[in-house]
Amino acid sequence: MIRPAGEHGLLVETGSLELSHRLDAALRADRPEGVVEIVPGPETVLVVAPGADRGRLRARLEEVARRERGRAAAGAGAEQPLVTIPVVYDGADLGSVAALAGISAGEVVSRHTGRELVVGWLGFAPGFAYLTGLDPVLVTPRLDTPRTSVPAGSVAVAGPYSAVYPAASPGGWRLIGRTTLRVWDVAGDPPSLFRPGTRVRFEAA
Amino acid sequence: MIEVLAPGPYATVQDLGRPGHAHLGVPRSGAADVPSLRLANRLVGNAEGLAGIELTFGGARLLFLRGAWVALAGAPLPGAGMGAPFWVPAGGELRLGAPEWGLRTYVAVRGGIAVEPVLGSRSTDSLSGLGPEPLRAGALLPVGPAAGEITADLAPLPGPRPAVLRVLPGPRDDWFVPEALAELCARPYTVTQDSNRVGVRLHGPVLERAKDGELPSEGMVTGAVQVPPSGQPIVFLADHPPTGGYPVIGVVRGADLPVAAQLRPGDEVRFTVRRGR
Repeated sequence: MIRPAGEHGLLVETGSLELSHRLDAALRADRPEGVVEIVPGPETVLVVAPGADRGRLRARLEEVARRERGRAAAGAGAEQPLVTIPVVYDGADLGSVAALAGISAGEVVSRHTGRELVVGWLGFAPGFAYLTGLDPVLVTPRLDTPRTSVPAGSVAVAGPYSAVYPAASPGGWRLIGRTTLRVWDVAGDPPSLFRPGTRVRFEAA
Repeated sequence: MIEVLAPGPYATVQDLGRPGHAHLGVPRSGAADVPSLRLANRLVGNAEGLAGIELTFGGARLLFLRGAWVALAGAPLPGAGMGAPFWVPAGGELRLGAPEWGLRTYVAVRGGIAVEPVLGSRSTDSLSGLGPEPLRAGALLPVGPAAGEITADLAPLPGPRPAVLRVLPGPRDDWFVPEALAELCARPYTVTQDSNRVGVRLHGPVLERAKDGELPSEGMVTGAVQVPPSGQPIVFLADHPPTGGYPVIGVVRGADLPVAAQLRPGDEVRFTVRRGR
């Protein structure tokens, strides 16, 4: 289903993050005329196209969504880049994550580095990526009281997600480590190492 | 170069923002009342997208270290020569009062405000912190080289428009009880004090939800009327977050966004719903 989002926006319901990523990638690779923003979410992709022919855009989105749904059902692999992030696991909350999970700090590290994660979407702050696919044992609630400042490069977990803080900011996620890799640089092109769909592997440095 | 002697209650540098980065978590930002910035730029012969100063409640004092052509558009400041270019000589001071109506006034300078761009824009993004700091007393603003001709010497400025926002239903009107859209339009809302460049926060009839639970976060557009659990709507302006998790009952038409951007705390505003595609 495609829902209207004002005069210039169409919100495509994908029902799954995987289809959101496929649709996002397909639209970026072959961008319909007039499209300014493509914003994937867990179950939707917002397409903003001021000045585009709305009927034509809607038909195009329906066609691409149908095609990508078919490819997903056929199990066709989606090409997504892989980023490896070296982490020093000495975060202030490593102990509390281990205690909540009932495992050792060392096992937190092996479980965090043991799986490939996928950037679900970005939000909260520029370059802040919600990394999905976290080992369920590491699912922990946010801190009761957020920190007023979390340093850039902090590697954290909260709920079913992991993240790397792109810049210093307040934050309520549990800090398990840090990386010197810059995931966000306004002078870079693109400015973000992550985009929706990027595969991510953490590695103990 | 311009020295800010006093910024007034709140002033920022704004151009047309950073479109195209919403998927990286970057708000569009840019002038809240885009046609007014464009008009002010045209009056001084600038390309419409050059950076100017967005004043909130006027009140700024600007010292021009070099002479410059200047134009003002948006919320009218008394005695300030709105809607026509004027020359400020070197050493001249522009003292601006409070607007007669409206909230945001745009100061365009021939050549544009030439602070360093970030991600292709000189706009201050009040949500993410991208771009220059809001203006402070003592700030120095470089002015870019003039290009193009001054061709207009007077532009008819729009007067106060009725505070009516036309809304297209959706994308999530089905998250509300069937009467909610009628309720949105039934009585005026009052603009609250915590309104800012992110959104116009409103107080009035409560919009009741038909669905419990959380909406997975989804892309948001400028003009979205987002309804948090309080049932009190927020109209998203330029610095709105690119994604959000509260349902959007409708979206304000683009032509009415300048009206929304000029609403002051305490103003009343009505909605009308246009059924459409």
